[in-house]
Amino acid sequence: MAEKNYYVCTGCGMLCDDIEVESEKNKVNKVYTACRVGVAHMKDGKESAAFMVDNKPVDEATAIKEAASILKNAKNPLIFGLGTSTSETQKLAIELARKTSATLDDTSSFCLGKVIEALLNNKFKVCTLDDVRNKADVTIFWGADPSDSHPRHLSKHSYFPRGTEKQRGWEEERTAICIDVRKSHTAKICGNYFFQIPPAGDAEFIDALMAALAGKLPKTSYNFPPKRILELANILKGAKFGVVFVGLGLIYSLENLEPLIRLMNALNEKSNFHLVPMVGHYNMRGFNENLFEETGYVNSVKFEEGTVKHGPEYSIVESLKAKAVDAALVIGSDPLSSLPRSISKNLLEIPTIVIDPCETLTSRKAKVCINTAISGVESGGSATRMDGVKVEFKPVIETKRPSDEAVLKKIMEAL
Amino acid sequence: MTNAMELYQMLPKTNCKKCGKASCMAFAVALMARELTPEDCPPLKEEAKYKENYEKIRGLFKPSEGATETGLIVHEDLCFGCGNCVVACPPNVANDPYGVGSGNAPRNVGKLVLTVEDGIVKAQNLGECRRFGKNKILCNGCIVTCPVEAIEFV
Repeated sequence: MAEKNYYVCTGCGMLCDDIEVESEKNKVNKVYTACRVGVAHMKDGKESAAFMVDNKPVDEATAIKEAASILKNAKNPLIFGLGTSTSETQKLAIELARKTSATLDDTSSFCLGKVIEALLNNKFKVCTLDDVRNKADVTIFWGADPSDSHPRHLSKHSYFPRGTEKQRGWEEERTAICIDVRKSHTAKICGNYFFQIPPAGDAEFIDALMAALAGKLPKTSYNFPPKRILELANILKGAKFGVVFVGLGLIYSLENLEPLIRLMNALNEKSNFHLVPMVGHYNMRGFNENLFEETGYVNSVKFEEGTVKHGPEYSIVESLKAKAVDAALVIGSDPLSSLPRSISKNLLEIPTIVIDPCETLTSRKAKVCINTAISGVESGGSATRMDGVKVEFKPVIETKRPSDEAVLKKIMEAL
Repeated sequence: MTNAMELYQMLPKTNCKKCGKASCMAFAVALMARELTPEDCPPLKEEAKYKENYEKIRGLFKPSEGATETGLIVHEDLCFGCGNCVVACPPNVANDPYGVGSGNAPRNVGKLVLTVEDGIVKAQNLGECRRFGKNKILCNGCIVTCPVEAIEFV
């Protein structure tokens, strides 16, 4: 059969690499195999570029000049976002942050950054999504709802597909377990293996589960039926290749990762368990890895005269709260919409540059707004999937809009 | 949809064998499997006392006549294209084990019952579906794997 031309979808952290696209005159008409998130993402391309200063259209050179002068005049600019940028762009942004003595952070500081930092430091046993498809017999979705956040997760990797060592299908050879505070769409698929816990009850549930693994009676303050925890422990003990998909629900409910690390170690004493973070933005993990390579930290850093400082005070939330930054460069993110108003309103007081393919609340309020190509649809590059696999992709269609990489390059030249 | 027993109740129950089957019950089963049509039972079609039942049985089969053998409905407003049904569907797996059966893009579109197009599942090649045809069974692979109840059979 003729080799088909597959594209990579950059709609979420799964980076599905089997998407077929029908396009004509640089417009995507039909998308095959992708989920609805991916289709919307692929069809969002636009022909013309837009450069705005103070919400008035200007030419490219003026916008770049204005952006460079904002960064030049700032003592401590904040560079934020980059979860939906290619690794090449992220490396440029790190260089730019170094050059401008900036505070650099991405969404992972209030997302899965802690988990990625721990697994880059080898605190967890990890595996790839392809291993999951080929070998996994027990998968746990903990505080995650991939049916809604990563629609093809269950069908492409974690539950339904046949793999090299799992050829008889999901009914016979796989068990999917969901631990969550509400009956999500994923929980519905897991059926009887859905364990509903109260909000912030995760740490206690971990302790109870570990007691059950050790053969003791599991107790929780919210009286979760001990029989069911023992039943769960038995399934986990019998797993040959288990995977825990860690979602934000679990991370937000734990004060630190210590209980999770303890649980993973306990599970690995009895059987064989791996961890995969449920990364949302398509290249958030890439940012964490690129920054880790450069500085040893995954997020929340401040460059200063050749040194790198790290700490929660350099995260976007804390630095905006303390009004420590005096300008902001936001790349592919919308902090005005995603952060609490009490914090994000401080962003309105400082000059902001937004580089984004979409019009967002932040871009509407920005001093300089540069409308870029959608990476993965209108520009190519490489990214890191949620499980750490590097994926290269090419553009699907052409556009006049510059890529965020090109814009950053021009800003750096102008500095 | 009705079952063979309900159909049998509406037949003449004389076991006249004019349809070529050994009994009226066998005729009912053949009707269910779409091997024969109500017109294949001469007494039912011709005798006035069965007229009412004849119309009823014809009415039962009418909706499925035009739509060949379909009965599968996709609620497009609910479906978000996760593809669970595509990967779990037994004929899909049998006809394309390394494509959709392994969670990948389809490689044998001509024989697949379900595919995802523009983020919404599309039903085609219904002859391959296990719910239709001669040896049909009440397979529900695509229904139980759907998180949003977007697939229904009528």
